[in-house]
Amino acid sequence: MIKLENISKKYNSKGKQIIGVDDVTLTVEAGEVFGIVGYSGAGKSTLLRCINLLEKPTSGKVFVDGVNLHELSPKDLRKARQSIGMIFQGFHLVSSKTVFENVAFALRAAGADKKQIKLRVEELLALVGLEDRRDQYPAQLSGGQKQRVSIARALANQPKILLCDEATSALDPGTTKSILSLLKKINRELGLTIVVITHEMEVVKEICSRCAVMQDGKVVEQGSTYDIFSDPANPLTVSFIQTVLNFDLPKELLEEINGKLVRLQFKGSIAAEAVVSDMLQAFPIRGNILHGKVEYIQSKPLGIFIMELNGNEAEVNKAIAYLRDKVSKVEVLDDGTRNRHLA
Amino acid sequence: MMERVIAILPELNQAFLETLLMVSIALAVAILIGLPFGILLFVTDRGLFLENVLVKRVAGLVINLIRSVPFVILLVFLLPFTQFLLNTTIGPLAASVSLSVAAIPFYARIVESSARDIDKGVIEAAIAVGASPWMIIKSIILPEVKPGLITGLTITAISLIGYSAMAGTIGGGGIGDLAIRYGYYRYDNTIMFTTVIVLIVLVQVVQYLGDLVARVVSKR
Ligand SMILES: Nc1ncnc2c1ncn2[C@@H]1O[C@H](COP(=O)(O)OP(=O)(O)O)[C@@H](O)[C@H]1O
Ligand SMILES: [Mg+2]
Repeated sequence: MIKLENISKKYNSKGKQIIGVDDVTLTVEAGEVFGIVGYSGAGKSTLLRCINLLEKPTSGKVFVDGVNLHELSPKDLRKARQSIGMIFQGFHLVSSKTVFENVAFALRAAGADKKQIKLRVEELLALVGLEDRRDQYPAQLSGGQKQRVSIARALANQPKILLCDEATSALDPGTTKSILSLLKKINRELGLTIVVITHEMEVVKEICSRCAVMQDGKVVEQGSTYDIFSDPANPLTVSFIQTVLNFDLPKELLEEINGKLVRLQFKGSIAAEAVVSDMLQAFPIRGNILHGKVEYIQSKPLGIFIMELNGNEAEVNKAIAYLRDKVSKVEVLDDGTRNRHLA
Repeated sequence: MMERVIAILPELNQAFLETLLMVSIALAVAILIGLPFGILLFVTDRGLFLENVLVKRVAGLVINLIRSVPFVILLVFLLPFTQFLLNTTIGPLAASVSLSVAAIPFYARIVESSARDIDKGVIEAAIAVGASPWMIIKSIILPEVKPGLITGLTITAISLIGYSAMAGTIGGGGIGDLAIRYGYYRYDNTIMFTTVIVLIVLVQVVQYLGDLVARVVSKR
């Protein structure tokens, strides 16, 4: 659906060259929700804006639905943009227009007539749950409601793609959840391809089937969200994952531990408790679960347990080897010597 | 003293109407030409959807040229042009030529600067839905800038009232002319004060109306 080939964007600012995006090649498949994560300044917005040519890349090609956007005339580019909706962190609604007029504007831009506009806007406001707000001005709405209006505007011309630039970053956690589930619904029911930019891994976990991690204008890692969460390769990805899968154990607890500290990761539907209890049956050691958590990433479970293993060193090592065989990942966080530290 | 004022009343009335006429014509021209000019300055700026360095530079230069000439000099400088245009340099109509020329760049700059206050993201969102430049100007920029346009018009009107007094001194008529003729040449302080009071009231009324309308159209 979207193909970016060797996209670079450089800015000249006071004689200095700033690299916004550095040679990014990406493909987003039709119907998927694709996430782009990275810290502020990584080049995410710049890259996203290249998809509808709000930003003209310094080099590289953008294909949307098989069409090379650079080859379009200004008029055809405007037409193409009508099939690429976009929403923003700051909503960007027209303050002098009502909710109805804000959404209607997108339809007028596409040349719809008055009657069509009225029907379509009402349909859209029902979709985003704002039927009763049609005559209010943006200043009278909450952040979540404003984002709903901007989603309605973005969907007005029945686009195939929706680009979201930090669409939930200005919202509180509860509102974020409701906007994310609206995006999920749009993806599922209307079959829209969605590209989501965020600095919150929580958002990726919630709605993206695949994602890319960006740093200094480059994509440093990409893959299915589940794989990224279960087997992150890049240190930056690891630090992002930890914002969701965070296991800080209390210092006092760590000081009392004198066995080996291991972190077990279970993928999919493996019964974690069963594996652990089998292991304790098979080896003459004591085990103590300090932390356990199952995250659902794209509704597939990813279980993480932190255990203390006590006993004869050789038996403990054998137990760890046994575990390595059964579960997707075993990490020895601390081998029983002093001065432990957990990431 | 009162009878002095009453005696002058018909003349005062006429002067008042002349001032109103001059200022209204110049304001109309400011809206007709200054407003589009201001929008042009804005949309051809760097990073905007009709970015055009050449147009922006030339338009900016013309405006700065006119604005850097003090109004009294502009008044004299434009006399041949007024003569050519109206076949006379006397009367409120003639005075409104130079007032209009001064009002255009004045208002254009005000329009430009209030347009700059529009959130760039709002314009970008309009580009992203595939709106044409004309639609963006008509349906986004103009409505968003409306309170600024009205405030700007108030400021322009008040400046023009001041300028019109200067225009009056070289035969333009209006309240300024009256003040000079009686107050300056004949040392008639009563008339002088009366004109000052009329001007103060006029400016207050314009300001009040301008603020009122700006408040009503503002939706922020
Ligand atoms: N118009 C611009 N002019 C100059 N530099 C820019 C411009 N837009 C973005 N940049 C730079 O490009 C880099 C990437 O910015 P951006 O894409 O906004 O990052 P992100 O969205 O990931 O926070 C930053 O270093 C930023 O300063
Ligand atoms: Mg950004």
